[in-house]
Amino acid sequence: MPDATGLELIAQDVRGKLGDEAVVGTHFFDGYATLEVAPAAVRDVLGHLRSGAIDSFERVMSVHGNDYWPEEPRFGIHYELLSMERLDRLHVKLRVRDGETVPTVVDLYPSADFQEREVYDMFGVVFEGHPDMRRILMPEDYEGWPQRRDFPMGGEPVLFTFNEHKIPRWYE
Amino acid sequence: MDLRIHQARAKQLLRGEMSDVDLQQYVEERVWLTTLDKAANWARANSLFPLGFGLACCAIEMISVIGSPRNDVARFGAEAVRGSPRQADMIMISGRVSIKMAPVIRRIYDQMLEPKWVISMGACASSAGMFNNYAVVQGVDKFLPVDVYVPGCPPRPEALMHGINKLQKKIWERPDQGWRARYRAEGTEEVA
Repeated sequence: MPDATGLELIAQDVRGKLGDEAVVGTHFFDGYATLEVAPAAVRDVLGHLRSGAIDSFERVMSVHGNDYWPEEPRFGIHYELLSMERLDRLHVKLRVRDGETVPTVVDLYPSADFQEREVYDMFGVVFEGHPDMRRILMPEDYEGWPQRRDFPMGGEPVLFTFNEHKIPRWYE
Repeated sequence: MDLRIHQARAKQLLRGEMSDVDLQQYVEERVWLTTLDKAANWARANSLFPLGFGLACCAIEMISVIGSPRNDVARFGAEAVRGSPRQADMIMISGRVSIKMAPVIRRIYDQMLEPKWVISMGACASSAGMFNNYAVVQGVDKFLPVDVYVPGCPPRPEALMHGINKLQKKIWERPDQGWRARYRAEGTEEVA
């Protein structure tokens, strides 16, 4: 992980290259460096970080989603970048609202293919330009986005029928 | 009876030297009469062919029941695990069933030849156990007719063997409790 100064240097570099609006902010907490970017600029930012101005992160270890409901913008998409050369990691994140799309990074980082599909599967965030935007874990005819926070806990209520006649449908 | 007397009487019988009363007694002692159905059920119960099909951690316990000499299920005639559903007549649902796996299991079950039996092994297969979530089928009896439920998380090998014994007992003593009778589904066999 870059330290707080290194993170600011990276942010400054990205801002200088792509304009001020590309980077929304930087967060440094508990040794964990996060670069928050604008959704529209994520391809440019990751492309820049990959080919490397001051740092080059040539692998994406994980793309994952997060639901901050009831906050808005609701979803967070997180990219964990790794530099194999310097063994350095950077966390890039962006926030989108429900129904907004995110540009795909599959052509930059081919290993993001299945992970973007998983984010789509669990949260319903569509990655625009992805070559194969289908569900990956759940059945293809499944309805709903199961990892959203307003998705019902699932399954079905466990019935203890001994008091069912006293309190009908108590589990609801 | 002493073995030598036994052998001598058998020789007498084979030579045709046995008289009427002796012959009658000899036959009464040694011949059982039963119905063909009962004999067939007795044979079925003592030669179960489980399908080699493991789903989750319960499968390890299932393998230890079938494969290990300590809990040798060959004592009950159910040790010949078949790889093909066409050759098996018992399936143990060993573990939690995800909703993506359920159609696959149903298809394998449909490919098995009748008569066939299902053991639901463990809490997850019987009622989804602790997995009350979007990914797991809440009890395997939602899509399969189950004959024996074995509780436990996972069940001890002894418990699973007890379940197999219960199934055997069911097969040879009360075959009318098969799932077709329970679900009133006579006449739905694939091959008449």
